[in-house]
Amino acid sequence: MQATTELPAKSAAAGVPPSAARRVIVCSGTGCKANGSEQVYAAFTEAIAAAGLPVVTEFKHEGHEGAVRVTKSGCQGVCSQAPLVTLLPEKILYMRVTPDDVAEIVRETLGAGRVVERLLYRTPVEDKACRGPEQIPFLNRQTHVVLRDVGYLDPENLKEYISLGGYEAARKAFTAMTPEQLCAEISKSGLRGRGGGGFPTGRKWEAARVQPGPKKYVICNADEGDPGAFMNCSVMEGNPHSVIEGLMIAARAIGADEAYVYIRAEYPLAVKRMRQAVTDAENAGFLGDNVFGSGLRVHCELKEGAGAFVCGEETAMIASIEGQRGMPRPKPPFPAQSGLWGKPTIINNVETLAQVTRIIRDGADVFRRVGTATAPGTKTFSLTGHVANTGLIEVPFGTTLGEVVFNIGGGVTDDSGKVTKDCFKAVQIGGPSGGCLTKDHVNLPLDYDSLRGVGAMVGSGGLVVMNQRTCIVSIARFFMDFTQRESCGKCVLCREGTKQMLVLLDNILEGRADETTLPLLEKLAVAVQKGSLCGLGKTAPNPVLSTLRYFRAEYEAHIFAKKCPTGRCKALVKWVIDEEKCKGCTACVKVCPVNAISGEKKKPHRIDSAKCIKCGECVNTCKFAAVVQGA
Amino acid sequence: MELTQSRPPAAASGPDKFDSVCAILERYSYQPAKLIPILQAVQNEYRYLPEGVMTYVATALKVPPARVFGVATFYTYFALEPKGKHVLRLCDGTACHVKQSIPILEALRRHLGLDEKNKTTPDMLFTLDTVACLGACGLAPVLMVDDVVHSRMTPAAAVKLVDKIRTREQSAN
Amino acid sequence: MIKQATVTIDGRDVPIEGERNLLELVRKAHIELPTFCYHSELSIYGACRLCLVQVEGRGIMGACSTPPEPGMQIRTSTLEIREIRRITLELLLANHEGSCPTCTKSADCKLQALARRLGVEKVRFKALHQPAPVDDSSPSIIRDPNKCVLCGDCVRVCNEIQGIGAIDFAYRGSQAAVLPAFGKNLGDVECVNCGQCAAFCPTGALTPKPEIEGVWKALNDPKKKVVAQIAPAVRVALSECFGATPGEDTTGRMVAAIKALGFAAVYDTSFTADLTVIEEATEFLQRKTKGERLPQFTSCCPAWVKYAEQYYPELLPNLSSCKSPQQMFGSLAKDILPKQMGVMRQDLVVVSIMPCTAKKFEARRPEFAPDGERDVDFVLTTQELGRMIQEAGLDFRAMEPESLDMPLGFHTGAGVIFGNSGGVSEAVLRYAVEKVLGKPLDKVDFPQVRGEGGLREAAFTLNGTTVKIAIVHGLANAKIVADKVKAGVSDYDLIEVMTCPGGCIGGAGQPVPKNGQSRRARTRSLYENDKNLPLHKSQDNPFITQCYERHIGEVGGEKAHHLLHTHYQNRRRLSGPEIPLGEGPASAARVQVKVCAGTACFVRGSQKLLHALTAYVEERSLQNAVDVRANFCSEQCGNGPTVIIGEDVLQHCTFEIAREALDQALAVQK
Repeated sequence: MQATTELPAKSAAAGVPPSAARRVIVCSGTGCKANGSEQVYAAFTEAIAAAGLPVVTEFKHEGHEGAVRVTKSGCQGVCSQAPLVTLLPEKILYMRVTPDDVAEIVRETLGAGRVVERLLYRTPVEDKACRGPEQIPFLNRQTHVVLRDVGYLDPENLKEYISLGGYEAARKAFTAMTPEQLCAEISKSGLRGRGGGGFPTGRKWEAARVQPGPKKYVICNADEGDPGAFMNCSVMEGNPHSVIEGLMIAARAIGADEAYVYIRAEYPLAVKRMRQAVTDAENAGFLGDNVFGSGLRVHCELKEGAGAFVCGEETAMIASIEGQRGMPRPKPPFPAQSGLWGKPTIINNVETLAQVTRIIRDGADVFRRVGTATAPGTKTFSLTGHVANTGLIEVPFGTTLGEVVFNIGGGVTDDSGKVTKDCFKAVQIGGPSGGCLTKDHVNLPLDYDSLRGVGAMVGSGGLVVMNQRTCIVSIARFFMDFTQRESCGKCVLCREGTKQMLVLLDNILEGRADETTLPLLEKLAVAVQKGSLCGLGKTAPNPVLSTLRYFRAEYEAHIFAKKCPTGRCKALVKWVIDEEKCKGCTACVKVCPVNAISGEKKKPHRIDSAKCIKCGECVNTCKFAAVVQGA
Repeated sequence: MELTQSRPPAAASGPDKFDSVCAILERYSYQPAKLIPILQAVQNEYRYLPEGVMTYVATALKVPPARVFGVATFYTYFALEPKGKHVLRLCDGTACHVKQSIPILEALRRHLGLDEKNKTTPDMLFTLDTVACLGACGLAPVLMVDDVVHSRMTPAAAVKLVDKIRTREQSAN
Repeated sequence: MIKQATVTIDGRDVPIEGERNLLELVRKAHIELPTFCYHSELSIYGACRLCLVQVEGRGIMGACSTPPEPGMQIRTSTLEIREIRRITLELLLANHEGSCPTCTKSADCKLQALARRLGVEKVRFKALHQPAPVDDSSPSIIRDPNKCVLCGDCVRVCNEIQGIGAIDFAYRGSQAAVLPAFGKNLGDVECVNCGQCAAFCPTGALTPKPEIEGVWKALNDPKKKVVAQIAPAVRVALSECFGATPGEDTTGRMVAAIKALGFAAVYDTSFTADLTVIEEATEFLQRKTKGERLPQFTSCCPAWVKYAEQYYPELLPNLSSCKSPQQMFGSLAKDILPKQMGVMRQDLVVVSIMPCTAKKFEARRPEFAPDGERDVDFVLTTQELGRMIQEAGLDFRAMEPESLDMPLGFHTGAGVIFGNSGGVSEAVLRYAVEKVLGKPLDKVDFPQVRGEGGLREAAFTLNGTTVKIAIVHGLANAKIVADKVKAGVSDYDLIEVMTCPGGCIGGAGQPVPKNGQSRRARTRSLYENDKNLPLHKSQDNPFITQCYERHIGEVGGEKAHHLLHTHYQNRRRLSGPEIPLGEGPASAARVQVKVCAGTACFVRGSQKLLHALTAYVEERSLQNAVDVRANFCSEQCGNGPTVIIGEDVLQHCTFEIAREALDQALAVQK
């Protein structure tokens, strides 16, 4: 089977290949595994065998006609409906499959060719059943490049990867292209780093290529640590070889013979699959002392991170690989000049490398067909929060925010999970270094430059949708708390500055702020942004600055009216007992840790607000919903 | 003198574990650059990093003990105190946070009698920690118990889960 | 004509002349950009964010880490940069213990000076300082974490210049701190007390530990006679405490001031430096003749001695057995002065005034306190002497010079140049060359051994024999040389080691240098002082000759050995209780077998021994009768590997020895 050299059309979203082979693909991404997909997989192999059908779990080029192949795959996208099962060749996608459903699927679908309706995806608003990826708007409105084979491919099977054209790009890079040509091709593609800053990859490579050798390094940054982002995790779980292949190409392009994958240890499945992929590629002779007979060597080593977000920063990552505390150092010199062990080093993000593989395989022109002029190609995002369809998505740069939230995401949900009109408040994009977008940005194209223009950034691509019940100041505090805890502590502005910003935010949230608070917070934020040593510090104030820009009134309500418009800020809440509803059952009296509630039995009680510490225990305990927020 | 006092092979576990530390150092060829993977492997052995072992690692790698201590305290993976038998890691990534992960944390802390400083139960059964994103945002909020991810948690479900483990442990003894 | 490459700094063109970074260039243009964490001798750190400049087209960048490029346009004091600097200082002050008036660093504190200079009059942020205990466990240095700004200067000097790494960063973010290993006290770790961390510290977080109170008390005790010995390097630095330019030689005024403080006599450590020269050179010539225990390392630097004891136990026989001049003075003074001055030995108080913090540790070594009474009772640093003079209200600059007391105040130039790196070598050469050639030297100066480099070499051929000398300062350099010797690839005969940059003149007890030129000026001044003295060779010192005749006897003889020589011992790096590496409590009912896994034993194969013993115990099913454990540390490092079985300490242990002892112990128990 040969890989297509064409980009799939928009509708061929989930990357289902044209094959008549009978196949059951059980998603085994982190999400589906957490919901028991392993058991579903086992149930399928048993049930099919029990039904008298031959079962194959190994990949073969041919020779299993008539048999049912049962395989695992990486993320199939609709994580909110895990576990997922895809059936080929019908392209049926079943959701929330349990082992109990398996017999029915085998009998009905495999046996009788009938669809099990109750396991299909239903659109959140119209409640319409969708048969498979081609019918589900969440999937068919996406454009899969990096994710094309994720969700289909057996990630632990090198042979299958090869059958889809895998390692052809690396072979080409090592046997038919020069480093100059590789750098030129990547430059021509306009590929920009998918990990945050969006620096042109070709330019980075070229800077390292022209450095004198012989020792150079390439590092794959797989330390995805943004809270709320898991795209890299899914790519590594679903198609690890595409990343290794990209890394090999990068090594060839700059003349490196050693490669590292610095991977977050909190992703055990991704670690396992990547490790397996490296071993398989070594055993196949792709990695090693004589890559594709070129006489060149590339060795690849996996380094597990030990839990420090700052190690996503290039120089900190280098320090960590060298066995040191992950503290960034000033740039210049840039890693491309002097990186790991003082040698020229390039560090590329997982997704960047997966894109590299596609670009070298298909050519820069194909890559440039989608996206915008300054940001060609596609980008993965993890869509989470208060949105109907959460999960991993891939869309061309330039896709609007509205398309992502309302059409792909299926709309914003209220706290009960129901899609509700007008409850969209904001989208947080780019994690702790990003910013907020509001309903005024529904038509904003998502790309590096337009996002930067409104004070946000692509970052690694976390998109967290928030509904009207979300307190925006608390969200800013959440991110500040995160960066403050993750600051390495080296430079004064980041170490002390983020801590003081957190103090100021706490003052606002807990009713201690006054008219001097916001101006000081803003001044401090700008100083931290302009003066910090590394990217973590320089971007740490973004969530605060961007929410201040779009939700200043909400901050001011906390400061001047001492009220949280969403009612979520405990410290600003005044709990009172609704005398109408209170039955005097004394349940609240018993749970109150500070004896702030008093009253006679069977008569309405009252809360002494001077004593109340706003812990909310009484609210949780009251069976009559009599504890309410006072004016 | 009495020699009969029988004690389970706790005494033997000392040298055994020390042996594995030596094997770990051997595996990484005593390279100072491998300090982090070495400490990771040591911690997998001891479930934390005892001071004596860190000193030994420093000695064997010919690096100052203060540097080993500096690395061990920089990364959250490392624990200088023994961890509980079961490690509960509650995700407090953005997605889990907006889907109310903090009430779960509070419920678990209350239930286990822990707080921000005391993360391990006195019976050494549970350690409760938060983690920034486990990569299962679609299923938020999630709780990882040892190596298993539990999705769409609620305070009540988390407490129930913990109780189940405790019951299992008690019946095992 | 090629146009000179320049950078435009605040509108002025400044030529680039090999500057490594914009900071050097800006300072060359006489703009004093503030910094905490930049030192030209250390690696670039980039953490204090005070040297930020606006680079046209690139934004705000750290000047310390940006190389100058021709045509760059930079501005050093825009409104934005001023605001960032001010906020940076406010942030530091908000997390700083505000006890400035009582801080010993007050006058020299960079944080205070910068806050004043940048006009920080109010801290707008909440004071977040959490008090932490002050660590005064070390005899030499006080570590006060409450005043630390985490600039890392101390960490880098300890690592990069001294190659030790006794302190390092620990924890992260707002919890980050500079700590000794495992948060222990400084007195319990491998710190060699050189104090360079304190010399580099911009605030009062690391300061030399004062002994002023004890000295005042002794001075006010009518029973006591208090005498002072003054190290060579003090005389060319003390006046810096009073605002003079570095390098001014104020021996006479210094003597006058010390006497005014109430000292009974003021002597010179240079006298015993002369004595050291004779003993050490004699020792060297003997070793050279016999060809044994070469190369000979000098032993007058106490930080180096402790370093060698910790890291190079196998080289200890190569250290000269001579006591340092301070300790020679102490034992000699306690031996001869009581009679001369008519006091009881216990009423004679010897105070040494040193450029050095490690001397405080040296004076406390038990071998220098025969019968529990210390030869040197107090060690004051140059800074402390300055503070005492100030406290007494003496107008130092107006003092009438006075002479040192005889006989222990008489010295030659050889004893004075001891304070410079290369000075000990030169002084020894002035003696040894004359001794070997059997005729007076034409020229006393040996410029070959002078210089600033941290690792220098010189070779001399005398009567057909070549003597090769290495001169190092900074223990990282000492490590290079010691490793060579250990590996058997060095051809040096004599190795002079001084721990501090430039030698004792750069000691951590000296006044805090205002700029990099101070050390150079002090060095020059010591050589000047030598030139101006009538005598330049130790052997010409008439009082030394007299001293041998009347008190010591023969050079290198028995009394000399007793008074002037010492011995060294292996030393653990970290102290504290021994650490069992296994788990579970030790059982008293079993035979305890402890195998040391400390550095020295480790290199001698203690790990294999441990394995063999464990296997033996298992093989014979003795698990219930024997506990085999690895431990740190049996403190017998020189004789490792060490195994303790029950109460027996077995040195140079082999498996056979251990097995035999174990079998015996088991037999006894039965």
